[in-house]
Amino acid sequence: MAASGWKRFARDRIGLAGSVVVGIFVVAALAAPWLAPYDPTEQFFEGLTLEGSPRPPNPEFWLGTDLLGRDLLSRLLYGARTSLIIGVVANGAAVAIGTMLGLIAGYAGGWLGGAVMRFTDLMMAFPALLLAIALAAIFAPSLWIVAMVIALVNWVQIARVIYTETRALAAREYIEAARALGAGHARILFVHLLPHLLPTILVWATLGIAATVLLEATLSFLGIGVRPPTPSWGGIIFESQSYFLTAPWLVFFPGIAIMMVALAFNLMGDALRDALDPTQRGR
Amino acid sequence: MGRYLVRRLAAAVLILLGVTAITFALSFIIPADPVRMIAGRSATPETVESIRQQLGLDRPVWEQYGSYLLRLAQGDLGRSYVQKTEVAELVWSRLPATLLLMAGAIFFELAIGLPAGILAARKRGTAADRGIMIVSFAGVSTPHFVVGLLLLYVFAYLWGWFPMSGYGSLAHLVLPALTLGIANGGWYARMIRSSMVEVLRQDYIRTARAKGVAERSVIVVHALRNAILPIVAMIGLDIGIFMSGAVVVESVFGWPGIGQLAWQAIQRLDIPIIMGVTLMAAAGIVLGNLLADLIVSLVDPRVRLR
Repeated sequence: MAASGWKRFARDRIGLAGSVVVGIFVVAALAAPWLAPYDPTEQFFEGLTLEGSPRPPNPEFWLGTDLLGRDLLSRLLYGARTSLIIGVVANGAAVAIGTMLGLIAGYAGGWLGGAVMRFTDLMMAFPALLLAIALAAIFAPSLWIVAMVIALVNWVQIARVIYTETRALAAREYIEAARALGAGHARILFVHLLPHLLPTILVWATLGIAATVLLEATLSFLGIGVRPPTPSWGGIIFESQSYFLTAPWLVFFPGIAIMMVALAFNLMGDALRDALDPTQRGR
Repeated sequence: MGRYLVRRLAAAVLILLGVTAITFALSFIIPADPVRMIAGRSATPETVESIRQQLGLDRPVWEQYGSYLLRLAQGDLGRSYVQKTEVAELVWSRLPATLLLMAGAIFFELAIGLPAGILAARKRGTAADRGIMIVSFAGVSTPHFVVGLLLLYVFAYLWGWFPMSGYGSLAHLVLPALTLGIANGGWYARMIRSSMVEVLRQDYIRTARAKGVAERSVIVVHALRNAILPIVAMIGLDIGIFMSGAVVVESVFGWPGIGQLAWQAIQRLDIPIIMGVTLMAAAGIVLGNLLADLIVSLVDPRVRLR
């Protein structure tokens, strides 16, 4: 990865702003136990009004409380952990699967490469959410199942990008030279090809986290995501959906949190692409 | 052209076959036994066995797949576990509502995406361009259900401009269609911007400007006509994103379409409906892509059909 790429990225103010929000999100998730004012699962007596409905934002509960009188701010902070774990695990798995398949298909070419690429065509024909829903409905959802479902749906795009780049790289002379010098397939794949693909992998991994966070939120909103009592942003909205007219903060704050994190990763990934991908320059 | 059409159709059929293989395989790894779901809890072992034989579930897997394909070819998507009706009938009865929603969504996507993208391309590199791009990214970064619930709260609950939910009039269509339009309009804006930037660089645009054509008609007549092509292809690709969005938006707005059908099926673990909807949506995507490619190749003679 050229140092000039990083310099270009450092000059991109929008990308930097995205990175700052990403940083805040990661710190909030990691430090949730110390930052959260209350236990996210504790149901406060004073967290509900006399009529038993959730309390709007107030000095005691900064972002208000939910249907069970739990502190929304604490739940959002712990919910960030869920999003972060899913974002890292699910997206990490998707990137790993996509990179391996794209790399091998692009390097091998022939019928093997063709078969892998036809399989990605097939996967592209499934609406991502419906496929995830079908999978999540079949397996009883837990944090790890949800992560695996998302990975199974999201690896396709990165596989196609890596395939295209690998094909171009594999035709270059230095690969032929390495082969002539006696390098084996594994050495060519991991020493000569993979390092050149790192910028692309980094860009797609960053953009992929945004997609992952959105998909997790949507699955949780449909009631087939991470199981309660684990707080998740989409799940908080799912639980409070029928009360949102009287308690709009229960939709508004988690909604803002999801949007901010997805937007931040998208802006960061976009800026990385501009900085690292020479074909995109000057646009 | 004829040979191309045949090749593309053959590819589409192959992909659809692959799709059926996957939905068939999925219905096999389901932990729940479909026979028990149909027979109910109080059924005797003999009844369960006879239903299993009736459904042919005691035959080898490839035979079952064969008959599954045969049934699909006849438009039979199986029976709902819960409602005991034909899945195909349920899907067909809800198709019009979803198609209407889709038309409304495409309208808003273009109404938001086209002007925003053109403006950003014309003001490339300025604060206006950056602002539009950030806002369009924010649009695609907000989940459909958040946009939908916020629109409901403001326009239906606080201001009472539109009904809270339901189906039947144009007023019912506005909010769900706008929800999808806001979320996907951002992609259109970005796409149109980069496609416009590309076109505005071309020599013929400089020529048009040099001969004194008004800027307005340079943009609309000369540039947009070429820049719009990727958008046509994109609407075809959009069907997949749309179907995913429809599940969420239809459940938020109580819109009686295929998405709501799928959502209700999820809540009751009615697997045949989930599989049927997935299959229908996949078929829609394959056909949408094919159609988009054909339209682009017809409109633009430069696109050589390979």
